[in-house]
Amino acid sequence: MRTVRFLLQKEFRQIFRNRAILAMICVMPVVQLAVLPWAADYEVKNVNLAVADHDHSTFSQQLVNSITASGYFRLTGYNGSYQEAMHLVESDQADLILEIPAGFERNLVRENQQKLFVAVNAINGTKANLGGAYLAEIIKNYNQRIRTELISEAGEPIHVIEITSSNWFNPLMNYKVYMVPGILAILITMIGGFLSALNIVKEKEVGTIEQINVTPIRKHHFILGKLIPFWVLGNVVFTLGLIVSWVIYGIIPAGNLAVLYAFISVYLVSVLGFGLLVSTFCDTQQQAMFIMFFFMMLFVLLGGLFTSIDSMPEWAKTVTRFNPVRYLIEVMRMVILKGSGMKNILYHLGIVTLFAIGLNSLAVLNYKKTS
Amino acid sequence: MRCFTNSPGVQNAETNMKQFAIFVKKEFAHVLRDRKTLLILFGMPVMQILIFGFALTNEVKNSAIVVVDYAQDEASQRLISRIEASRYFEVNKAAIDHHQIEESFKQGNVKLALIFPQNFEADLMHQNKAQVQIITDATDPNTANTLTNYMTAIIQDYQADINQNASIAYRIIPETKMLYNPQLKSVHGFVPGVMALVLMLVCVMMTAVSIVREKEMGTMEILLVSPFKPLLVILSKAVPYLILSLINVASILCLSVFVLDLPVNGSLILLFAESTLFIITCLTIGIFISVRTGSQQVAMLISLMGMMLPTILFSGFMFPIENMPKVLQLITNIVPAKWYYIIVKSIMIKGLGFSAIWKETVILLGMTLFLLIISLKTFKIRLA
Amino acid sequence: MQDVVIKTDKLTKRFGDFVATNAITFGVYKGEIFGFLGANGAGKTTAMRMLCGLSKPSSGDATIAGFNVYRETEEIKKNIGYMSQKFSLYEDLTVLENIRFFGGIYGLTDQQIKTKSEELIERLGLESEAKKLVGSLPLGWKQKLSFSVAVLHEPRIVFLDEPTGGVDPVTRRQFWDLIYAAAERGVTVFVTTHYMDEAEYCNRISIMVDGKIEALDSPTQLKRNFNASSMDEVFYQLARGAKRGD
Repeated sequence: MRTVRFLLQKEFRQIFRNRAILAMICVMPVVQLAVLPWAADYEVKNVNLAVADHDHSTFSQQLVNSITASGYFRLTGYNGSYQEAMHLVESDQADLILEIPAGFERNLVRENQQKLFVAVNAINGTKANLGGAYLAEIIKNYNQRIRTELISEAGEPIHVIEITSSNWFNPLMNYKVYMVPGILAILITMIGGFLSALNIVKEKEVGTIEQINVTPIRKHHFILGKLIPFWVLGNVVFTLGLIVSWVIYGIIPAGNLAVLYAFISVYLVSVLGFGLLVSTFCDTQQQAMFIMFFFMMLFVLLGGLFTSIDSMPEWAKTVTRFNPVRYLIEVMRMVILKGSGMKNILYHLGIVTLFAIGLNSLAVLNYKKTS
Repeated sequence: MRCFTNSPGVQNAETNMKQFAIFVKKEFAHVLRDRKTLLILFGMPVMQILIFGFALTNEVKNSAIVVVDYAQDEASQRLISRIEASRYFEVNKAAIDHHQIEESFKQGNVKLALIFPQNFEADLMHQNKAQVQIITDATDPNTANTLTNYMTAIIQDYQADINQNASIAYRIIPETKMLYNPQLKSVHGFVPGVMALVLMLVCVMMTAVSIVREKEMGTMEILLVSPFKPLLVILSKAVPYLILSLINVASILCLSVFVLDLPVNGSLILLFAESTLFIITCLTIGIFISVRTGSQQVAMLISLMGMMLPTILFSGFMFPIENMPKVLQLITNIVPAKWYYIIVKSIMIKGLGFSAIWKETVILLGMTLFLLIISLKTFKIRLA
Repeated sequence: MQDVVIKTDKLTKRFGDFVATNAITFGVYKGEIFGFLGANGAGKTTAMRMLCGLSKPSSGDATIAGFNVYRETEEIKKNIGYMSQKFSLYEDLTVLENIRFFGGIYGLTDQQIKTKSEELIERLGLESEAKKLVGSLPLGWKQKLSFSVAVLHEPRIVFLDEPTGGVDPVTRRQFWDLIYAAAERGVTVFVTTHYMDEAEYCNRISIMVDGKIEALDSPTQLKRNFNASSMDEVFYQLARGAKRGD
């Protein structure tokens, strides 16, 4: 264990001597966490709508009013022809077109039904899906309203199911609250993964590893000496991240901080182990970084940060089970937002512990002092 | 060697070209020798297209929900079986009471709870009014919203069915047409996004790192003392990545046409021309980073940590730019990937011509020139 | 007969079809300065890396300080010091920090490290540089420092791979003084070099050509055998037939 002490001294000295890297490690996550959640806003509002109203009736006015009053839509064109509206779509100034045919009101009252035309710029899947759905919802509600008005004049009884809904844990439905823990999870993973992946490889590239390999140092001591400094750094960055989410977004972990740190501690060991494993496989820093980058991309995309894992096909779900980032994102959201306790995250903790043991053992095995 | 030519300028240009070719060859050898990197270089776009095309979807389905049924009557049972039939929900009917709902949310798998009060059917039929309660786990507000909408729709359908005669009156039927992307496949937005992302990261990172690497190893000095122009030394490092990136563009397009059934609606030549421009922009960013940094690790951290998330987020392909706060909308303007994303979307999916994208092209061109001039200035100062 | 501390028997290393080191057999006695000569690409570094336990032999056998190169590499490492061709101390650590680090890795006590580093810095005359980053030192000092670090833990054998490459003549002389001092303390020195004047400083030398040892004896004896006036000539006679090299 004395050897580890000397290794740690050396690693920490090297880290603190390299101010540029140190500053980046601390500043970059803070800045990104402060900025990115504002951008990663899936909340659909400000959907740009062009209306081609050929009816100009009370009903059509009412409909358009209830659409704009919903707060989701911004009217970027009104009263033009369908062609004009189409131009707005082509130049990305409109996402949706609502065409109200001539005779809308008259036909609705006389013939009991009337069509409306909606065209959706479906290139942007999310916006199309949600914007279209909102529009349909508003039209439906409006329909319900005039129907009730028209029927109640006739005096028939209607059986109504009243739906009350409440949203727990995030009553203001703030999307940023959801994204912040996820983005923090990714940042921690990137910091830990990249730094550890580059570290051993750097010693290989510079040649200092030779001088280490010719000493009687034990392999697991060497790996431990590399692991611990980054583990400490990871915890520091994580703490910074929690402070940023509190100061900027007012997010105070609902659950127990001890649970959170316990999980992060194990998680960091597994991610660092992965980085070190990659490091032992590569000959140049460029290679290590590129391989790490490939996996990061995979981890981020299949981690459930942007899209839900539930909706993935079976094969993809299976892949996510081997993705440590997935577990961190879930646990962060559970503990920080919902206040889940240790017993709720035991499964996650178990899996990540397995990762930690497996990856680090592989790293030790694959680090060869003798070629 | 003396050449019998009247114009020394011509001869100079010729030898320069020859030297340049030699340098480019050397760089190619470097790149091609590193099999691991090469594998990832070409594997990455394939992996991304497959993931975006087949694994990721913004649709919400198969969400686990719990139903707490205090009524246990015919009406509630009928409604529940309708919910079970929907592909959006996986109903868990475990007999829990509403105190346990919070615990099951905390456990993490349940997204919504539906509660039927006692006497649901009696209230509905005799009082003409009954209540149900939806509780969502709103940590993810979108899913919560979407699930509430789906649930509401199912309940309203049920309500319409028991009100047979009333529901057919005065119906407004919206007819929806999906422009450009009739099946509403999310890949349509993703393919241009993936192209932007892959090119951006590969070009920026690879050039930055490979130049800084030579600096770090000291081999850069050897190149710089050679009679060869320093500018050409740098450029020769960029050429292999330009060509590899073009191969990547081609493979992404092939995948999107043959695997995702997403045709290129506009001009292929225009698309490649614009891609070349964007690649050059990215290479310039890489060069810019490399002249400003001294160690590989710093260059990597900047080009990776600093570029990966911002490119995903600010190019507009995952998150609509107009949703962002004004300040961020302004910031997105300096992200080259945003402009390239618009260009590819316009050519590939909307099938538009150059007249629709000249503005974006000019912006990319401007960025490239600006960065190139700044890097050259810094480079010269460093040398002096 | 003196103690043999390095003993090889048909030691061979192949990389694919290429035989880098071809069945070399020799012995090195305790306390001698053994010069390991050869043209570029003759296989010196490969042989040395095998002896240090950095590289596994393909066939043949060797014992270093009584330990087997296949099974007891870690034991070997406790008994040797190594200085590679490429400078491989940490350039972003200071002189003192490097000494302390390697001392710690080799298991010296804090007290030992303290006295050793003071001694070493005094001997090298590095007092004013002790707290400077190693990266900022001139090459000659770097080389002297890495030699001193290689013998810090008082190994029985020290392996030096072209230790004086690119170093000025004065520093080279000082470097050899360090080597002699170590040999006097009973350390066996195994050194590769290109400089024939350095070869003359060795007790015995071997000359490798194309992976094989072509000659092994004391410098005087070799000159006599080859009927040559200088080591340069001996070397030239042997090495001009070489097919490898760059």
